[in-house]
Amino acid sequence: MPTTDSDEMNIANSHTFAPWDEASAVPLISFKNVVKKFGDFTAIDNVSLDIYEKEFYSLLGPSGCGKTTLMRMLAGFEKPTAGQILFDGQDISPLPPNKRPFNMMFQSYALFPHLSVVENIAFGLKRSNMPKAEINQRVDEMLTMVQLQQLAARKPAQLSGGQRQRVALARSLAKRPKLLLLDEPLGALDKKLRQETQFELMDIQEKLGTTFIIVTHDQEEAMTVSSRVAVMNHGRIQQVATPAEIYEFPNSRYVADFIGDINILEGHCQTGADNQLQIHWAEGITPINATTNTAMRDDSECYFAIRPEKISISTSPPADAENVIQGKVLDIAYLGNLSTYHVEVAPGCVIKAQAANQKRLSRRDISWEQTVWLSWTSTAGVVLTQ
Amino acid sequence: MNQRFSWFNATSLALGFAFLYIPILSLVIYSFNSSKLVTVWAGFSTKWYGALLNNEAFLDAAFMTLKIAFVSSTLATILGTMAAFVLVKGIAFPGRTLFSAMIYAPIVMPEVITGLSLLLLFIAIGADRGMTTIILAHATFSMCFVSVVVSSRLVSMDNSLEEAALDLGCTPLDAFRSVILPLIAPAVISGWLLAFTLSLDDLVIASFVSGPSSTTLPMKIFSQVRLGVSPEINALSTIMIAIVTVGVVVASLVSKRSVINQRKQEQLAAKSTIE
Repeated sequence: MPTTDSDEMNIANSHTFAPWDEASAVPLISFKNVVKKFGDFTAIDNVSLDIYEKEFYSLLGPSGCGKTTLMRMLAGFEKPTAGQILFDGQDISPLPPNKRPFNMMFQSYALFPHLSVVENIAFGLKRSNMPKAEINQRVDEMLTMVQLQQLAARKPAQLSGGQRQRVALARSLAKRPKLLLLDEPLGALDKKLRQETQFELMDIQEKLGTTFIIVTHDQEEAMTVSSRVAVMNHGRIQQVATPAEIYEFPNSRYVADFIGDINILEGHCQTGADNQLQIHWAEGITPINATTNTAMRDDSECYFAIRPEKISISTSPPADAENVIQGKVLDIAYLGNLSTYHVEVAPGCVIKAQAANQKRLSRRDISWEQTVWLSWTSTAGVVLTQ
Repeated sequence: MNQRFSWFNATSLALGFAFLYIPILSLVIYSFNSSKLVTVWAGFSTKWYGALLNNEAFLDAAFMTLKIAFVSSTLATILGTMAAFVLVKGIAFPGRTLFSAMIYAPIVMPEVITGLSLLLLFIAIGADRGMTTIILAHATFSMCFVSVVVSSRLVSMDNSLEEAALDLGCTPLDAFRSVILPLIAPAVISGWLLAFTLSLDDLVIASFVSGPSSTTLPMKIFSQVRLGVSPEINALSTIMIAIVTVGVVVASLVSKRSVINQRKQEQLAAKSTIE
């Protein structure tokens, strides 16, 4: 059949959704050198970024890093001090919030307490020129989507936290916005419910094909839901990449440290052939063998970052490992499925290694004060310059 | 509250309430006195209440007072709500803090001074003194009370509610009408009631700005008493006390019911969480 080719391409595309890698793709939202100042305080410091259609884009960072300000500028509640925000190529900075085809789900949910669930969801639709019958149909559709048909007549005060969150989601999606902004949408839920809701959010996003931008300080949440993550700090974007890239190839110590657990060793590098590198990091200890794609000058300062789970720990010297360091176990953090071992490899220098607890705890062969060997391959870590 | 009953507690309670209520109680009792002399008891009678209904001057004054109270409190509520909204939620403008503080100043201003300054103003602009000037004067001094009540409600309101309304397509005016106003309505209503009572009570300011044809009830009572207390005034005062008592009781019942309702809603929410 003639359609097979294009079908296959669609499938292939849906597996590798990456418009940011396509030169021809036009971004839905573009920040161009955006600056936002509140008095003397610079909340957003020259940010440029592109967000593509159907993305689930996370703004991740500690509180006060400017992620919420960035989102409020998109919603129209704040105006940039300098720079442009483009939507489909048009500068939207002068548009007030009610003229933008975006909707926002607020951190506090901001449900109207004097209106019922149905009235809350219909609120935005009534302000468009949609016929009444169509409004009712859309509201029903939304109620079904968030499974709240039974509670349609209730007031927000009569709902639990999780139910309020669903009403807020339904209300913000009812107008079929081009862009949905979610400000810490799951922050008020407990951990179990939050994890369930993350997957529901992803399902809904995929079904509707709406572009989602989510502000969060929870790195696990960002890793789970996002197509791409923008890590922010002090009003600047540190790195924009897929969750896997952010985790495996952080571009700076800040990003490496913010996402997950990591060992960072400071040293000087000695370049070799084929991107090979030797890092001298402590007097009298074998240098670390690593690889890098960035051009490094000989003897320049650098940092070696490696995740604890990429380090093997053994009670006897391993054969044929590219990097081996001997040390002594200082501490063991038992996490149930995993254990993290704190190993002192030089006076005052501790490296964390993580291993799955395949055996029962009583049969574990590593204990405190024991001499162990840490080993990893030359590609297990990343070499950072900043 | 768990303290044992003691003679000391009982005595202080009795003294306190006696201090508060003996004057009022004696007024009520003497309104049912059949004698024309206020201080001599001559048997039970309700004739002074009947006489009151036939006293045109009192009835006119009472009607005038209600009209003034109704219009001035409505005016004060509109102005006070607008002022509160701008000062609490409006955009920052230079001197906003100063204005916020200045709106409270008339509350502590001696009434005599407010009355005098309004009188001088009305003379300066050549306004005929009468019902209109009393309405304007009452609206002036009671709007700051309204604005205090309304702004305390606005301060506790979540800012994102207004933003959500704007985000969902409301113009700022529509957001105020359909979201903010329903939420601050209890404060607006109690502000109106406060302004209404203040206007009913006022003697000093009304005396300054009233004209020959506009005598309010407090002014009428005050001028009558100077000629000698008549039992009719006792009867009138008793009626006013009754009205105020009913108002207070109804208001407290309403607020108690809303507390009960809220508790019911919370129980419902808790139940649906378990489901």
